[in-house]
Amino acid sequence: MSKEKHPLSDYLREDRMPHMWCPGCGIGIAVSAFLNALKQSRYGQDDVVLVSGIGCAGRVAGYVKLDSFHTTHGRAIPFAEGLKAASPKTKVVVFSGEGDLMSIGGNHFIHAGRKNMSITILCVNNLNYAMTGGQVSPTTPAKAITATAPFGSFCQPFNLPFIAEAAGAVYVARWTVFHVRQLQKAILEAIHKKGMSFVEIISPCPTLYERRNQMGTALSRMNFYRENTVIKNGASTKDAVMDLDKPFIVGKFVDDDSKLTYLEAMNEYYDTTFSCDANYHTYTGSKI
Amino acid sequence: MKKRRVGMVYFEIERCKGCGFCVEFCPSGILRFSTTYNEKGYHYPVAEHPEKCTGCNNCGLYCPDYAIWGEASEDNPE
Repeated sequence: MSKEKHPLSDYLREDRMPHMWCPGCGIGIAVSAFLNALKQSRYGQDDVVLVSGIGCAGRVAGYVKLDSFHTTHGRAIPFAEGLKAASPKTKVVVFSGEGDLMSIGGNHFIHAGRKNMSITILCVNNLNYAMTGGQVSPTTPAKAITATAPFGSFCQPFNLPFIAEAAGAVYVARWTVFHVRQLQKAILEAIHKKGMSFVEIISPCPTLYERRNQMGTALSRMNFYRENTVIKNGASTKDAVMDLDKPFIVGKFVDDDSKLTYLEAMNEYYDTTFSCDANYHTYTGSKI
Repeated sequence: MKKRRVGMVYFEIERCKGCGFCVEFCPSGILRFSTTYNEKGYHYPVAEHPEKCTGCNNCGLYCPDYAIWGEASEDNPE
């Protein structure tokens, strides 16, 4: 159509477009927010590795022109930790969905926070398991109708910012895909943090979640986000619970990167422990 | 004096899936849906008033399919 190139064409594998996400899915918006943030950041294209798990958001690894890994289900964070440990200069970003990171990969998530591995986790939360047909996921709100809960889910959902803060993340933010510019700024801040930074991205799933719960189209869900989100930076993450059809809070909740990261703590400890050993060298990365 | 164009909106219509985010969230309100279909059968956006585009790229930020983007033109006095 036009001779002009898309502003993100250097970062997107345009030969694979159009992508497989449904009309109105928010993952494409989250990817462009991430890539725009990456363009503004101090990292070049060769300094960043993107790791994805399984699921709709797991397909991001195939659409970006970066070094990327499409890993096994739930194990995106262990792959990312391994990459970071082998090559500490590389910026490792995990881009995956909540069904991947918070259910089967939930244990890896809290331990990445405990160890404070220096990775950035971008979690696209579309409130169900979208790729497999809309089953109940860890963040499905109570009373929401899904494929495995046709009369409504009766379990309370996970509050992801609260879990991230409790696990020890140094940066916790939550934005919806309606707040594109704030989301881009949050991702830009998150990828420059030292330690585990976590951004939750609330996204519509018009094909499964919105359709089953009579919430209309993706566009009406975006207008719901516009009218029913309260921006509260620095709010307590305890208040960040998401209910069906009720307003919820978004914003930057935690920002404190004074903690030592895993590799810093390891080097500091071993430097004192093995100070008398002539064969000991401070670890600066694999030589391969 | 003729008013100078400050921005330009570009389309890649075959990628569009007709979600309507750009039409809804364009701050200048210059877009509308086409009456014809693209290859996949969706109504794609067209610029009804292209001269009013400010090149803010809000449509590009909202498009999940990378099918639309705005650019400030070079003769923009900014």
